[in-house]
Amino acid sequence: MTPPLLEVRGLTKRFPVGGRSLLGKPRGWLEAVRDVSFDLERGRSLGLVGESGCGKSTTARTIIGLHRATAGSVRLDGEELTGLTRRGWLPYRRRVQMVFQDPYASLDPRQTVASILAEPLAIHGLAKPRDRKLRALALLEAVGLNPRHVNRYPHEFSGGQRQRIGVARALALEPDLLICDEPVSALDVSIQAQILNLLKELQERFGLAYLFIAHDLAVVRHLCDEVCVMYLGRVVERASRDDLFRDPRHPYSRALLSAVPLADPEAEAERRRIVLEGDVPSPTNPPTGCAFHPRCPDRERVPGDLCRAECPSLRARADGRVHACHLEAPAGAAAARIQA
Amino acid sequence: MSPVLDVRDLSVRFDTRDGTVRAVDGVSFALEEGETLGLVGESGSGKSVTNLALLGLVPSPPGVVERGEVLFDGRDLLALPPRELRKLRGDRVSMIFQDPMTSLNPLLTVGRQLTEVLEVHRGMSRRDARKKAAAGLADVGIPAPEARLDAYPHELSGGMRQRVMIAMALLCDPKVLIADEPTTALDVTIQAQILELLQDLQAKHGTAIVMITHDLGVVAGMADRVNVMYAGRVVETAPTRDLFRAPAHPYTRALLASIPRLSSSPDEDLAAIPGAPPDLADLPPGCAFGPRCERVRDACRTAVPALAALRASLRSNADRRAACIDADALHEAGTAAHAAPDGHREDRR
Repeated sequence: MTPPLLEVRGLTKRFPVGGRSLLGKPRGWLEAVRDVSFDLERGRSLGLVGESGCGKSTTARTIIGLHRATAGSVRLDGEELTGLTRRGWLPYRRRVQMVFQDPYASLDPRQTVASILAEPLAIHGLAKPRDRKLRALALLEAVGLNPRHVNRYPHEFSGGQRQRIGVARALALEPDLLICDEPVSALDVSIQAQILNLLKELQERFGLAYLFIAHDLAVVRHLCDEVCVMYLGRVVERASRDDLFRDPRHPYSRALLSAVPLADPEAEAERRRIVLEGDVPSPTNPPTGCAFHPRCPDRERVPGDLCRAECPSLRARADGRVHACHLEAPAGAAAARIQA
Repeated sequence: MSPVLDVRDLSVRFDTRDGTVRAVDGVSFALEEGETLGLVGESGSGKSVTNLALLGLVPSPPGVVERGEVLFDGRDLLALPPRELRKLRGDRVSMIFQDPMTSLNPLLTVGRQLTEVLEVHRGMSRRDARKKAAAGLADVGIPAPEARLDAYPHELSGGMRQRVMIAMALLCDPKVLIADEPTTALDVTIQAQILELLQDLQAKHGTAIVMITHDLGVVAGMADRVNVMYAGRVVETAPTRDLFRAPAHPYTRALLASIPRLSSSPDEDLAAIPGAPPDLADLPPGCAFGPRCERVRDACRTAVPALAALRASLRSNADRRAACIDADALHEAGTAAHAAPDGHREDRR
């Protein structure tokens, strides 16, 4: 069997916090990502969703080598990426590219678009200098920008156009996998749809796989085939798009989906929202057992002290659904379905 | 009933190096007691400057409030001397901003910031103010309020800081609360808590709320009435349900069609709006939305359409207005589509 394009197993990332003791040992650890596993096939999209501090961005950054993994493995077409040196990363960097959230901060203001797009080609020695300009023109065309603007600087473009340049730069090396970290959240509402449509079109055209990080669930639903819901560093539910949005199983997934404001006043008036109590706990001092238990509305249904004592593992149930809860299915699962 | 806040023909310009920017251009609206008005728009639409102008907080220079009235309790806030306005601000008219981290003073404890409001506006003693401040924190659902009074803002989570901001804004029982993107910086489960809290407090005190946001979902759940702003003007105003059911301005219509929804079909392309919001220093002639509008005609390029009542709203009591020469046709088409079950789905795509 051929391995999946991206195979993540038991990925864990810890950061030292609170400085170091006299002996040079860190005073504490923040476990930003714990035991995250998933597969992503060529041409498919996987969404990572969750609230701030849930570890979705750290997961992406560890996969692409911006952070060194503490434990676990990341394989691209079966080849291990963790532990690679900067040099060792170079051939893989071509195949895994990233689109960042803020198109204002992620483009060098002193470079023209031509040089922004030619730089990755130059670093990887991919095209002759005079061909690079032609490539830049083709890339601009692909992302829906006017190739005549190739000699302009980033400040001469609007936010949406800048994000198109960011996408064009990521595409320059013809990657297999694009990691998109909140690619539309900094854009105006009327521009977001343009970029989402572009990402979809490019995926079909180039057979790209997307690892898509977003806090906006409607955006994730629009773009992703499969979704991992994260809470405090762990994946609490992994499901196909339709399963998750029609019938979320983990109590946190259900609360998260029910909290999304719907742009429909009639549906808003009718819906029953699960309002969680309290805040997301600090990852430096996570709760014992299931990290969600202090806020969980279903905690009462689990006998004894199980939720506080033991962290439920992410496992497949009899019906094929995968989530990490001591309960097999949520309370009144059928009744509480999110109306589609 | 006379409105608690009546804004008439408000216009604000900024004199910049690149020329004069008219950030707010002839904006009018009224707010009843206990009502929530949503101000929706993208960056540069003028929604936040409108809010600053209501409170006399437009930075000047470069900002100039050119004309207009903001009537509150029969007095024009724009004509009040700064001393008088300061007395009202934070007392009868209050505000919450987007980012509680930058709008709370990091050097003062939460308690000190709350008691200051009461000492200034109510002339309370430090001790009484402290008691009332703790009660205020309890009202917004902060556990162990007494202990929280001694905390500094950085010791609180984002949701807690926003609760502190809300507690501070409500300490003096304001008639009007202006909330500028109050949940934009928060996570979705925390946002749900804060929105619910605002609704509860409003029901209890009858506060009128101006809710400024770019999030159509927040508006759908919170607002009784919506003003849609584009390039400094109100382009459409309607009761919330009517607006979502049958938008009459092409911009509103396009905006509603362009957002991905939990209820839409994920396999279809989104109906994106071409182009970008205009540069306020260099507005197109005529209707500012014209260059992005699929219905644009020659007449749209010559004159700015006025915000006029819809034909249908003259027959009923609903106050619906839109600034488009095609508004009646669009509204009627939308209403018809909404009435037909198949069209309904089509309309909500």
